[in-house]
Amino acid sequence: MKVTLKIWRQENARSKGSFQTYELDGVSVEMSFLEMLDSLNTKLIKEGKEPVAFDHDCREGICGSCGMYINGHPHGPATGITTCHLSMRYFKDGDTITVEPWRAKAFPVIKDLIIDRNALDKIQIAGGFISVNVGSAAESHAMPVKKNNSDDAFDSAICIGCGACVAACKNASAALFVSAKISQFALLPQGRVEAKERVRAMVAKMDEVGFGNCSNTGACEAECPKHIKLVNIARMNREFYKAY
Amino acid sequence: MTKLESKIPEGPIAEKWTLYKNKANLVNTANKKRLDIIVVGTGLAGAGAASSLGELGYNVKNFCYQDSPRRAHSVAAQGGINAAKNYKNDGDSVYRLFYDMIKGGDYRAREANVYRAAEVSNDVIDHYTAMGVPFARDYGGNLDNRSFGGVQVSRTFYAKGQTGQQCLLGTYSSLNRQINKGSVTMYPRREMLDIVIIDGRARGIIVRNLITGEIERHSAHAVVLATGGYGTIYYLSTLAVNSNASAAWKAHRKGALFANPSFVQIHPTSIPQLNEYQAKLTLMSESLRNDGRIWVPAKQGDKRHPNEIPEEERDYFLERKYPAFGNLVPRDVASRAAKERCDSGYGVGETGLAVNLDFRDAMKKQGKAAIENKYGNLFEMYETIAGTSPYNEPMRIYPAGHYTMGGLWVDYELMTTIKGLFSIGESNFSDHGANRLGASSLMQASGDGYFILPYTIGNYLSDQIRVPRFDTSLPEFEEAEKEVLEKINRLMSIKGTQTATSFHKRLGRIMWDHCGMSRNEKGLLKARDLVTELEKEFWSDLAIPGKPEDLNMELEKAGRIADYFELAQLMITDALNRKESCGAHFREESQTPEGEAMRDDENFMYVAAWEFTGDTKAPLMHREELVYEEVEVKVRSYK
Ligand SMILES: Cc1cc2nc3c(=O)[nH]c(=O)nc-3n(C[C@H](O)[C@H](O)[C@H](O)COP(=O)(O)OP(=O)(O)OC[C@H]3O[C@@H](n4cnc5c(N)ncnc54)[C@H](O)[C@@H]3O)c2cc1C
Ligand code: SF4
Ligand code: FES
Repeated sequence: MKVTLKIWRQENARSKGSFQTYELDGVSVEMSFLEMLDSLNTKLIKEGKEPVAFDHDCREGICGSCGMYINGHPHGPATGITTCHLSMRYFKDGDTITVEPWRAKAFPVIKDLIIDRNALDKIQIAGGFISVNVGSAAESHAMPVKKNNSDDAFDSAICIGCGACVAACKNASAALFVSAKISQFALLPQGRVEAKERVRAMVAKMDEVGFGNCSNTGACEAECPKHIKLVNIARMNREFYKAY
Repeated sequence: MTKLESKIPEGPIAEKWTLYKNKANLVNTANKKRLDIIVVGTGLAGAGAASSLGELGYNVKNFCYQDSPRRAHSVAAQGGINAAKNYKNDGDSVYRLFYDMIKGGDYRAREANVYRAAEVSNDVIDHYTAMGVPFARDYGGNLDNRSFGGVQVSRTFYAKGQTGQQCLLGTYSSLNRQINKGSVTMYPRREMLDIVIIDGRARGIIVRNLITGEIERHSAHAVVLATGGYGTIYYLSTLAVNSNASAAWKAHRKGALFANPSFVQIHPTSIPQLNEYQAKLTLMSESLRNDGRIWVPAKQGDKRHPNEIPEEERDYFLERKYPAFGNLVPRDVASRAAKERCDSGYGVGETGLAVNLDFRDAMKKQGKAAIENKYGNLFEMYETIAGTSPYNEPMRIYPAGHYTMGGLWVDYELMTTIKGLFSIGESNFSDHGANRLGASSLMQASGDGYFILPYTIGNYLSDQIRVPRFDTSLPEFEEAEKEVLEKINRLMSIKGTQTATSFHKRLGRIMWDHCGMSRNEKGLLKARDLVTELEKEFWSDLAIPGKPEDLNMELEKAGRIADYFELAQLMITDALNRKESCGAHFREESQTPEGEAMRDDENFMYVAAWEFTGDTKAPLMHREELVYEEVEVKVRSYK
């Protein structure tokens, strides 16, 4: 099939970007979205032009590298999957597809579709850990953990740090991302010890690095490729009030 | 000439590590602050090492090519991580884990290292649990286990099909704790392009900042490579597409021996290639073989829908050939058996290059919910990619390049043949012999990083405390940077017409056909010529748009492929040299009448460690003879 691509091109952080239009023929429904972009890039290179820069690595929905705004949705029209898992089956011949980077103050554009997500790391550095030294852990079965707590902790822990929740939010809030980590540790006995310090430090950092406030619109949950739930945000808020 | 000294401590196998630790030299806390350590890589091995070393008080610089350490390829591991906890009371022990790995590796690994890996495995699990890694639990609140291929006990810890992700995020959190404390400085989006050696010791690295294109120099008292495996040499593989061998290869060119480069594991259960543009193959975890049954139609070329093929017309070939282990035979055995069926015309799907992995019977027995609980996310992933649901019909699977047992040669202290250069995790060669057993790589990478290297590097650094920090304007840094820039300029000035990826695909195809699941002399010799020709074409017709002083992903790819051409030749040389079959290395000339791998212990019970002698000269082989004092060397049989 043939598609028309309107892609955001921006040379670097300082320059002003704009949409460029490309016609791409020979797209097969079996391609993934990124393979479709690969084939556009092959074409551009052959024409002596610069390929579209985008982040990607595992190409199986787990590393969190990929991510772009496709036709108004982070990670594209399908729900519950990352951009690298998006298949061209979701598009049809003649479609025009608009592709942009995540837009958020805390995520400056580096080049084309690549953004700087270092702000997410900064929040994790502020408190997203349990302080245990290597070699000092007790035997694992010294402390049983209720299966449902452990399963819930897992469901929060699977966030891949892609930033789609921020991109989906009109306030560019990182609440879903931050609350996932807070919840994971809040649900486990190992994490309770530092629960207060953790939530204070992470929330303060979240505000400091330029993310907006959460106003409970729920767009994040709808677009999250890993089905991270809004209850995490509620839990984070409870933990936060408990901490003061 | 380099000399191999494996430095295995004296004493009985179960005491070697304790004896080593008792005698190892220590660095006192005040002095640690004055010592800089560079760690390249943020997988379980690298980030585990960086955080432990930071915790000890060293001044650590940690590098990765992704935008965040949390994205290292360890994140993609699915099935699980082994430990000898014996929680199932099924007869497991450190010794048995050690034994299984030696046997699984087809008697081509070093006993002392393998024993130690098994010995620290329990500490690894305790540490992850304490860090809040949500491993699967049973209703009593205790950790659950499952079985993996090649063993008869249940010792695999898991977090659904995302064990690697959970272990890596745990490791990332401990790294963050050290970054927070200031003991580790993180340098993401950097690619290591060379190593700097001063007076025979590793003292720094040259990296390219992938955002600005700037070349940076970093110095340290010791350098640790934890840069993962080189399975992407086949282009299509289960690895992250940017995985590469460049860091290890640059170290090799500077004097680090490269061991058993041709030992590559081909994983039996990957989703088959669907189209020609495909950039990678997606693994379906081996844990699926616990409940899934592998079969092909008993009749050649039977194109009926699998659900329409009655029981008596199915060939469950693994159960038939290997009744003792059935679907749980080790990976190399399962892969070759699948290839054999497909090559003989029994394969399924349009290409005939696939076999069925069927959950019908397991769902009948355990109920759909139980299967969903165990494999839900894997089934979803399969459906997203392949478009059919494994709840309704069998998955289609085919072998894919997956793990490299080969890597930088290291001694017992995990040090390469360059003093002060260490290699841990998948980037070294040490613990898996000629074939790795499932769930033992996360275990080894974690053990190396958290529990082994911190001791051995201390032993090395103990006499370095008076060595001042190195100035990066020293001529050795100057020279290394110059070489890196020359290479980049050479690549940029080709100005040809073909993309880096197109060369990578062609190289991958040659290697898959002739140096993949099975090898023979004629094919290997042919591959050698084909790679030489392709490399020439690469250096005369490669197209890289853009500038080197900028984010330039085509330049990154080109550099990695340039190194792969050189590594490919070494893999071929190694495969030619090893005229026996062992583990994943199947030389067609060396097989039993039933088509099973035939080892030649008399002539090949050694590690082949290759020395780089120059671009136009043949590499020089060193032998590390393998001595088995603990385990009786037998024919590996899973019948
Ligand atoms: C799909 C898949 C599933 C797997 N499942 C399992 C499993 O269930 N159980 C199991 O035990 N094993 C499994 N494995 C194997 C296991 O995941 C890996 O062997 C292991 O995670 C390797 O860890 P590592 O720390 O050595 O390297 P990696 O995690 O690969 O990390 C490499 C690091 O090096 C960095 N790097 C590489 N080159 C450079 C460079 N030139 N400059 C700067 N940085 C560089 C990268 O940025 C990265 O941070 C699986 C592997 C794959 C591919
Ligand atoms: S919460 Fe979801 S959308 Fe947000 S970073 Fe995590 S995985 Fe991505
Ligand atoms: S490339 Fe890893 S999640 Fe998409």
